[in-house]
Amino acid sequence: MAKNNLAYVRTEIVPESPAPDLSKGIIGWVKNNLFSSISNSIMTIVGAMFLMWVLPPIYGFLFGNAVWPGEGVTVEDCRAKGAGACWAYIDDRMTFFIYGFFPKDAYWVTQEGLIASIMTYWRVNLVFAVGTLLLVPLMWPDLKYKLLNSILFFVVYPVFVFFMLTGGVFGLEEVPTVKWGGLTVTLIIGLVGIVVSLPLGIVLALGRQSKMPIIKTFCIMFIEVWRAVPLITVLFMASVMLPLFMPVGMTIDKLLRALVGVSLFSAAYMAEVVRGGLQALPKGQSEAAASLGLNYWKSMGFIILPQALKHVIPGIVNSFIALFKDTSLVAIVGIFDLLRATQVANLNLDWASSNQAITGYVFAAAIFWAFCFGMSRYSIMMEHRLDTGHKN
Amino acid sequence: MTKQTQTAVKKPTEVEENAGVAIEITGMNKWFGDFHVLRDIDLKVMKGERIVIAGPSGSGKSTLIRCINRLEEHQQGHIIVDGTELTSDIKKIDEVRREVGMVFQHFNLFPHLSILENCTLAPIWVRGVPKAEAEETAMHYLERVKIPEQALKYPGQLSGGQQQRVAIARSLCMNPQIMLFDEPTSALDPEMIKEVLDVMVSLAEDGMTMLVVTHEMGFARQVANQVVFMDQGQIVEQNNPEDFFNNPQHARTQEFLSQILH
Ligand SMILES: Nc1ncnc2c1ncn2[C@@H]1O[C@H](COP(=O)(O)OP(=O)(O)OP(=O)(O)O)[C@@H](O)[C@H]1O
Ligand SMILES: [Mg+2]
Repeated sequence: MAKNNLAYVRTEIVPESPAPDLSKGIIGWVKNNLFSSISNSIMTIVGAMFLMWVLPPIYGFLFGNAVWPGEGVTVEDCRAKGAGACWAYIDDRMTFFIYGFFPKDAYWVTQEGLIASIMTYWRVNLVFAVGTLLLVPLMWPDLKYKLLNSILFFVVYPVFVFFMLTGGVFGLEEVPTVKWGGLTVTLIIGLVGIVVSLPLGIVLALGRQSKMPIIKTFCIMFIEVWRAVPLITVLFMASVMLPLFMPVGMTIDKLLRALVGVSLFSAAYMAEVVRGGLQALPKGQSEAAASLGLNYWKSMGFIILPQALKHVIPGIVNSFIALFKDTSLVAIVGIFDLLRATQVANLNLDWASSNQAITGYVFAAAIFWAFCFGMSRYSIMMEHRLDTGHKN
Repeated sequence: MTKQTQTAVKKPTEVEENAGVAIEITGMNKWFGDFHVLRDIDLKVMKGERIVIAGPSGSGKSTLIRCINRLEEHQQGHIIVDGTELTSDIKKIDEVRREVGMVFQHFNLFPHLSILENCTLAPIWVRGVPKAEAEETAMHYLERVKIPEQALKYPGQLSGGQQQRVAIARSLCMNPQIMLFDEPTSALDPEMIKEVLDVMVSLAEDGMTMLVVTHEMGFARQVANQVVFMDQGQIVEQNNPEDFFNNPQHARTQEFLSQILH
């Protein structure tokens, strides 16, 4: 080869360098996502203007001009011109929002301090604490002892809650359910609804596919009747009409009636969600299970339901969220849930001010939102965890 | 068509000696609604025999073998599997299904379970085998189908050929007396067909009673004791592979063979 100084192959490696700023970094992102075309740019500008129009007043109301609880803050501050949300009112009435008219502990209510304020409602708070202690490990995927945990949560805990809140035993003061209220009642109805409606919905969905005509017809009728009736109607019937059919002298607790109504109502919806999941599974799965000798229940329990339910997690959680929000309808039949507690608190003259009601409702909405958003995020996490890379 | 070179498999005469009927079907008829899918099926399979079922699409091959483990119900005639007659008695059905393994065209692995769990689920929950023992057996069969290293993966992470081999291993874990195959290689890419057929050949060499619906005529020649040709729901011709391929009796068989062998 002839000698020359021209090198065709680099002798040095060019150092690594990031791609030009056009496609990376904040500027690149903005360019690609917000101003990628003329119409996109217009929408971005209009959107930004809209946000500039609505956000400052909202921020001002909720935070900037809001009246926060503190030393010497009174209702007069909330009545002042230009005052925003009256958080001091929420703070003052907090126990009412959470516990409704649940009786205070006679001893602790006379004491001062944080511990005393927790102990004042120790029965309800104990129920919350035990519930959280059982629910968190149950929902934590990697922890063991799920069976024991489930038994404690689904079997033992409801009994515990019942005796703890109702009282009348172990020297506990008896508290009729009409005195239960606020967030406590909302959580009870929501949780009972969720815990009852899913298994019941699964049973109904399986029944609907049954080859036995009686079971099938019963399930179809059950589902279609409950789905076709508005929840409010169900609640009215449960609270007003049901007693008419009862033998004289026999009553069923109003809250219990609402619990049953809400649970059965949601179960009908849940059944249809689950049925969707069952139908989406290829027939080959149950055939493979059958060919291995798995009987109907084992096939359902190990093969069909785990997959079907996984497919419809979004639908299931959607139903849970709808159910949790629908619990506020029980206010109409006089059950004292969070929304009803808010309404009643809003009438309180001690804090009467122009923003009292709206602050109360914003607070109630925020609580509902927090629970529903939590459920939504949890379901997304579970979907990712359960994904085994198979697309049917 | 895949080349099958060795012919180490036992041939009919050897089989008949250890006698014992595995499957006996007599005068069986089946309808789908008004559609008469299977007509007057008579078929006797001895233990250790390997039957290949061939025939044009829609001729009822799948339906026939699905009747043998009662994935489909027949309306007339008798099916006796390993001495147990299939009726609507669920106990009897479960009994038969425990003894009869099935491999499907589309594998039908359980996508939410790992390969190992796919293989141990039925032994543990149907046969009551302890978990450790079931896993040992599963690993044994996974080694046999040459994919022990995939045991902890999920079906969605495996190729088609690998999935089908797992499906075979999963069936074998139940220690079945009879294996049914419904076009086990039809959904596979050509380069994966051989790995599955090899597993099936080695099963045959071990004396497994097999009913195989397939278009792999090389496999039929090499492994089958009997080739059954079906058309329009009937068994048209049944013969040993030698005569079946070289000297087909029936016009429809001749036509079918000329199409499939080019
Ligand atoms: N569940 C069913 N309901 C009604 N008809 C059916 C059903 N399954 C199969 N058939 C019909 O029965 C006939 C035989 O079907 P089968 O699947 O047994 O054929 P095959 O020989 O396996 O065909 P292929 O080679 O295409 O798999 C076909 O005409 C098919 O359309
Ligand atoms: Mg077929």
